[in-house]
Amino acid sequence: MFEFSHLSIPPAPALFAQLLVGLINGAFYAMLSLGLAVIFGLLNIINFAHGAQYMLGAFCAWFLLNALGLGYWPALVLAPLIVGLVGIAIERLLLRHIYRLDPLYGLLLTFGLALIIEGVFRQQYGSSGQPYAIPPELRGGRNLGFMFLPNYRAWVIFASLAVCLATWFTIERTRLGAYLRAATENPVLVQAFGINVPRMITLTYGAGVALAALAGVMAAPIYQVSPLMGSNIIIVVFAVVVIGGMGSILGAIVSGFALGLVEGLTKVFYPEASNTVIFIIMALVLLVKPAGLFGQAR
Amino acid sequence: MRFAIATIAAAVLALAVPAVAEISGDVVKLGVLNDMSSLYADISGPGSVEAARMAIADFGGVVNGKKIELISADHQNKPDVGSAIANQWFDNDGVDAIVDVPTSSVALAVQQIARTKGKVFLISGAASSDLTGKACSPTSVHWTYDTVALANGTGSAVVKAGGDTWFFLTADYAFGHALERDTAKVVEANGGKVLGKVRAPLNTSDFSSFLLQAQASKAKIIGLANAGGDTINSIKQAGEFGVVEGGQKLAGLLVFITDIHSLGLPAAHGLQLTEAFYWDQNDQTRAWSKRFFDKMKRQPSMVQAGVYGAVTHYLSAIKATGSDDGLTVVKQMKDTPVNDFMTKNGKIREDGRLVRDMYLFEVKAPSESKGAWDYYKQIAVIPGEEAFKLPGPNECPLVKG
Repeated sequence: MFEFSHLSIPPAPALFAQLLVGLINGAFYAMLSLGLAVIFGLLNIINFAHGAQYMLGAFCAWFLLNALGLGYWPALVLAPLIVGLVGIAIERLLLRHIYRLDPLYGLLLTFGLALIIEGVFRQQYGSSGQPYAIPPELRGGRNLGFMFLPNYRAWVIFASLAVCLATWFTIERTRLGAYLRAATENPVLVQAFGINVPRMITLTYGAGVALAALAGVMAAPIYQVSPLMGSNIIIVVFAVVVIGGMGSILGAIVSGFALGLVEGLTKVFYPEASNTVIFIIMALVLLVKPAGLFGQAR
Repeated sequence: MRFAIATIAAAVLALAVPAVAEISGDVVKLGVLNDMSSLYADISGPGSVEAARMAIADFGGVVNGKKIELISADHQNKPDVGSAIANQWFDNDGVDAIVDVPTSSVALAVQQIARTKGKVFLISGAASSDLTGKACSPTSVHWTYDTVALANGTGSAVVKAGGDTWFFLTADYAFGHALERDTAKVVEANGGKVLGKVRAPLNTSDFSSFLLQAQASKAKIIGLANAGGDTINSIKQAGEFGVVEGGQKLAGLLVFITDIHSLGLPAAHGLQLTEAFYWDQNDQTRAWSKRFFDKMKRQPSMVQAGVYGAVTHYLSAIKATGSDDGLTVVKQMKDTPVNDFMTKNGKIREDGRLVRDMYLFEVKAPSESKGAWDYYKQIAVIPGEEAFKLPGPNECPLVKG
């Protein structure tokens, strides 16, 4: 029998289990920071409402289950669509008017939106959250010898990797992605080629928001469906985006997973620091490479 | 000359004494200070404010002809924010008593301020037994529960049922440390052994890493020395990681009814917990809880019910003494037994601890429950003397001195 205490090194299998658990958290960081990076890269908006939109995704799944009897799998498709539409409405009604202004205005607007959305949900549902069960197909888990891996967590890693790769591929390797990237460089010229740039920007924001909602649905069975779930995670996700480099898709994915690992290791060696370690790394990265690990100086 | 001085001195004294036995500012002002928006908001939050409002209304809104006022604020679980509000309230806003204050780290800071200013502190939400231990204050009453009672309740019941090896998953601040310490003492006193512990930051959302460490310890019992959202997430994720199937048991050392409501019975059933109050205990608790439910649309937690009792007892003491001076009022509170819908023949100890019966409950299985909020079966009554019996000597200087 062994005992974990500060700064003692656990045996290799236990360490491996911790790394795997860290990777699962990293999957959430990656998916959320991906949406933020897409929105910042293409719209130049710092979307502070991202955490609230993640929470909306989880609540949407909860509504679908409790009001319409639709389970996890339909919710996985419907919730991102519904919340994505809400995002499109926000873009059309509000964000559209501030593109010409300093990015700070976008930050303030989305931050205010996040506070309003979270406040309304907290007033209505309280702060401790609503239960949401793991879908029956993914209940239980398997013993890997060094740890008990719940099936649902394995699914989270798999699904988020797939989503991350698909997003990266769309933006970096397809014609649509090329239009998007061109439109951020020179919207007037791209419009002159007959491409509807404002509509493309609207859809991009909707897609970024839908990514947050998808992460929210995937988080619902692990955490409580709680009005606070977004504000708990959003600050960490911003740190991840800054470390990866604002607007860098690959940077968001890689640093999301990597920081999940670092946080996981901290929980073993010095658990008390596990909620600060990411910010320490952020400070160090900003000192050495102010544009972030994968970012380009603008 | 000497006679003149003596006369003046006597006159000053004569003026000074009634001044103490009067109500400052011609108003009795209570401030509910708690977590309005984060992980402890459902346990205390706006519900505690409502409970205080009910107590004031039931008292008639006035005491000895003076109006009773109520204000509230959010301390955000930060000791610095809580201290700033407490100073502002006592110094500028004429607050006579601060009420509730969950989050022991904030409560310890506020207690220090209240003591130096001679103001009353009625604690319902905070748990640390240090509030009536080494940090005790002559102007404080620790009303509802504390970490000693939780340890003597759940901790001792679990060890007696055979759970003799423990691993603690502890919230890393004053409350978690106190709960872990008090429970470890009870475990060891009953012949059990503590194999290890891990301290997770407050408001952690993912506990899987800590649960793996707990699994690796091979302890029979994983003691959750945390509260609110942290307890909910650790219980939920323990289910996911097959902790119970692996032969270990969870002991939720501080679980509130709002946590069970949030977890749902499928995830929570079978859990044993210690509380000072459950809405469905008798006609009196049901009657009061129904009034609360009509306003808040949820059943009261023991913290919220405790706020009602503490405020009522405080106002009665002002009525009896005609004063709102901290030392005078709290002394009167200690001299009077407590009897209300949740407390029978409660007695406030010299260190400020209200000694009352506590209850050991078990969470019902989904099939046993008749619907929302029908969650607990009462297993045992823990008599006050036993529940609040300190595991060691009383460290409160008021008692020693």
